[in-house]
Amino acid sequence: MKAIYNTLFKRTSTYAVGIMASVFFFERAFEVGSTTLFESVNKGKLWKDIKGKYE
Amino acid sequence: MSIGQFRIFFHPTKSRVVPPIATMAANLGRICGSKLLGTSGVVGFQQAKQLSTARAWTNGQKKLIASVGAVAGGLGALLFALESSVEASGTEVHPPAMPWSHRGIISSLDHQSIRRGYEVYKQVCSACHSMRYIAYRNLVGVSHTEAEAKAEAEEIMVRDGPDDTGNYYTRPGKLSDYFPSPYPNEEAARAANNGAYPPDLSYIVSARKGGEDYVFSLLTGYYDAPAGVVLRDGQYFNPYFPGGAISMSQVLYNEVIEYSDGTPPTTSQLAKDVATFLKWTSEPEHDDRKQLTIKAFGILAFLGVIAYYIKRHKWSTLKSRKIVFTPKDK
Repeated sequence: MKAIYNTLFKRTSTYAVGIMASVFFFERAFEVGSTTLFESVNKGKLWKDIKGKYE
Repeated sequence: MSIGQFRIFFHPTKSRVVPPIATMAANLGRICGSKLLGTSGVVGFQQAKQLSTARAWTNGQKKLIASVGAVAGGLGALLFALESSVEASGTEVHPPAMPWSHRGIISSLDHQSIRRGYEVYKQVCSACHSMRYIAYRNLVGVSHTEAEAKAEAEEIMVRDGPDDTGNYYTRPGKLSDYFPSPYPNEEAARAANNGAYPPDLSYIVSARKGGEDYVFSLLTGYYDAPAGVVLRDGQYFNPYFPGGAISMSQVLYNEVIEYSDGTPPTTSQLAKDVATFLKWTSEPEHDDRKQLTIKAFGILAFLGVIAYYIKRHKWSTLKSRKIVFTPKDK
């Protein structure tokens, strides 16, 4: 906890960089996670599941 | 003249909520009621009365608020009663809710079904119904590949122009062309259908009460007219249609068309597929919306946890403090 505070949160510059970096990883994880959930719930019904038959 | 002294003590652990201890509660009880800073979460009637801002209202304000409340409640009850009475009146049958595979909160449309529904529309419905707001390009990535959609578009002839010499000409359709209309205008459509106008089907599922349930029930709900119902020439009996007399005859029968994917073309299968197709044309954003539902609930849950933590954190100093009153002379 102390290490995180000293390296990231203490200075505004590192704090801002930390926010930007974590936003990138959070957005990627959240986007991929929710898309995966949607596609697994609807497996077999989506166009990406049936387009193989027509290409 | 001072009669004593208040002192406030804060618990040293700021980030945790510490329930007030018994002596502290006793002290608080003498000042403003023991439950005010308690953690029970239940505010009694007396406490609510103490906290309420309504005490400052004049009698006139109270009467105004009461009458506004009574009028609003009465109007709400009236609207509810009117809506219920509309449900109960009328002779049409309300369509039952079908177990659509896209009914769930995050369930997408069945795209294989959309593709079959397009075949039904193209071979059956499009003889009378236009679909003016759907273009061939809309099919790409939904029910057809780009090459297939191009092939579909090339089957129709489109009037275009003027060319370099100012003449109009016809050409094969392109992806950007909209579905062709069977009649050039509404008058022509009425003249060809005993005066009845076959509605444009682009947004029909959104435009009819009951949505895709209504479309399915209507297409499969043709019966012989019961005794007492008089139908004019070119009218058919359908209990789901308001009034019961519909100018469209039953068009979907077992094996009226053949599906290219080999699905048995029963009446209910045809109706289900075309209703799914019409659901998609009415709500092309349907799948994106369902996917966004997941994201919205996910983000809200995440933010909700943070908001709850921040609330506990900010209140921890308030909830863990001790207020002590020391009288000047004992």
